Amino acid sequence: MHNSHRQPFRTAVLVLVWGWLLVLVLAPNLLVVGTSVLTRDPLSFLSLPLTLENYARLIDPLYLEVFLHSLYMAAVTTVCCLVIGYPFAWALSRLSKRQQTLLIFLLIVPFWTNSLVRTYALKLLLATNGLINNGLLAIGLIDEPLTLLYTELAVIIGLVYLLLPFMILPLYSVFEDLRDELLLASHDLGAGRWPTFIHVVVPLTLPGVLAGVLLVLLPAMGLFFVADILGGSRNLLVGNVIKSQFLDARDWPFGAAASVLLTAAMALLLFAHRLSRRRLGEEAEV
Amino acid sequence: MSRWLPKVYLALVYGLLYLPILVLVVFSFNRSRTGYSWDGLSLHWYQSLFNNHAMVQAMWNSLWLALAAATVSTLIGALTALALHRYRFRGKRVLNGMLFVVMMSPEIVLAISLLALFLLVGLQLGFVSLLLAHVTFCLPFVVITVMARLSGFDERLPEAARDLGASEFTMTRTVLIPVIAPALLAGWLLGFTLSLDDVVVSTFVSGPSYEILPLRIYSMVRVGLKPEVNALGTLLLVCSLMMLMLSQWILTRSKR
Repeated sequence: MHNSHRQPFRTAVLVLVWGWLLVLVLAPNLLVVGTSVLTRDPLSFLSLPLTLENYARLIDPLYLEVFLHSLYMAAVTTVCCLVIGYPFAWALSRLSKRQQTLLIFLLIVPFWTNSLVRTYALKLLLATNGLINNGLLAIGLIDEPLTLLYTELAVIIGLVYLLLPFMILPLYSVFEDLRDELLLASHDLGAGRWPTFIHVVVPLTLPGVLAGVLLVLLPAMGLFFVADILGGSRNLLVGNVIKSQFLDARDWPFGAAASVLLTAAMALLLFAHRLSRRRLGEEAEV
Repeated sequence: MSRWLPKVYLALVYGLLYLPILVLVVFSFNRSRTGYSWDGLSLHWYQSLFNNHAMVQAMWNSLWLALAAATVSTLIGALTALALHRYRFRGKRVLNGMLFVVMMSPEIVLAISLLALFLLVGLQLGFVSLLLAHVTFCLPFVVITVMARLSGFDERLPEAARDLGASEFTMTRTVLIPVIAPALLAGWLLGFTLSLDDVVVSTFVSGPSYEILPLRIYSMVRVGLKPEVNALGTLLLVCSLMMLMLSQWILTRSKR
């Protein structure tokens, strides 16, 4: 390594990079944590004394109900993504390399497309006189239009639709690394399909599952526009609460506390993910 | 059965993923006013889209913002990737960690933290606040793209350039930049698209002085159906698709 005193370029790069991240990532996050323990003030947004009351209010029945409902919808979304995505990723990883490249491309096209527009497109399908209802009426399966829009179901459909690729991609990457020899070995040692799946496939793909859960569960609580467009007023997400506290009610400390809660949940999931990978690493070395 | 079942399953899921987009595109050419029934082919909604002055203004604003955010994030992202790849310095893990946190944390968490910062320092919400925020969330994606390119690179080349007397800056310009050029372009395209599509962060850090497209769309689609949005969505889809194909093409071509 060259001496850093004689490298103005190196110094400039490091200052710029550190500066950007410290000012626009670290400082803002510390600010939010700080805000969450301050008291609301009608004039200047915030004031002393320090308090934990904002966190206590998170379990106020009024908000607790919203949070639990949001958690419930996010959990159902995550399970749906996993149930759809797991076999999907497996099937994908069994195809030829050429086909895989094409299909992965098709999977990330939506990721590059405006999520708001895609949510709106779902509305065209789910509305009372939308395509699904018209179709079902036309083939005589139903006599009256179903209420699909502005329901919990609509929000979950929207979240699954937007977040499914984020579940599939990490799963695909673990399935791609899953070697056929391991499955053959398990088979040769007398294990049937089901035991092989439980004892070989599941543990080896667990890091992918946890990464997928991480990428789906938390955004599923934050994507307020999905709840706004598809859910109506009764199916709110944590994101809607945070947004209304910051932009409408001007109760920043409370919104910040809710946000810290989301961040803590993220940290917990990251920790679980790391743990699963470490366990796998140790087993592989043995 | 086990041979075709997985393929049928894949086809089914892709069908469901693309159905809403297909419906959107088809309906953007629909003459009908209500937006539910098919009334014949028409370019009416595209016309009314471009006659909507506020909408066109928002489009330009979004375009400028995306161009600026992609350019700045590519510049800083490339330098970050170079620093992480080449230099040994204290707190490297912390730097990596911060990038990771930006990428993993829910957008809304990033959004309110930036809003808190901007209000604290008294920055007027508008173009600048949007730019700073967009660059920040694009950054990790650019870094990853460039790092991936650098990871397969022969380390002896930059060292040889340095030993032959090139300064760190000259070496970066003549050796490293040409190597990472495809990744830079791919990162730029990704940043452009991420910026153009962002709703969550923009909702918090934009002000009335600079209205951008996603927020305009958001206010339109919250209540009812607006056929103009079909036309706009189709245009955005075509735009994203071209960007993505271009970036994939650049990346695969440069691998050979």
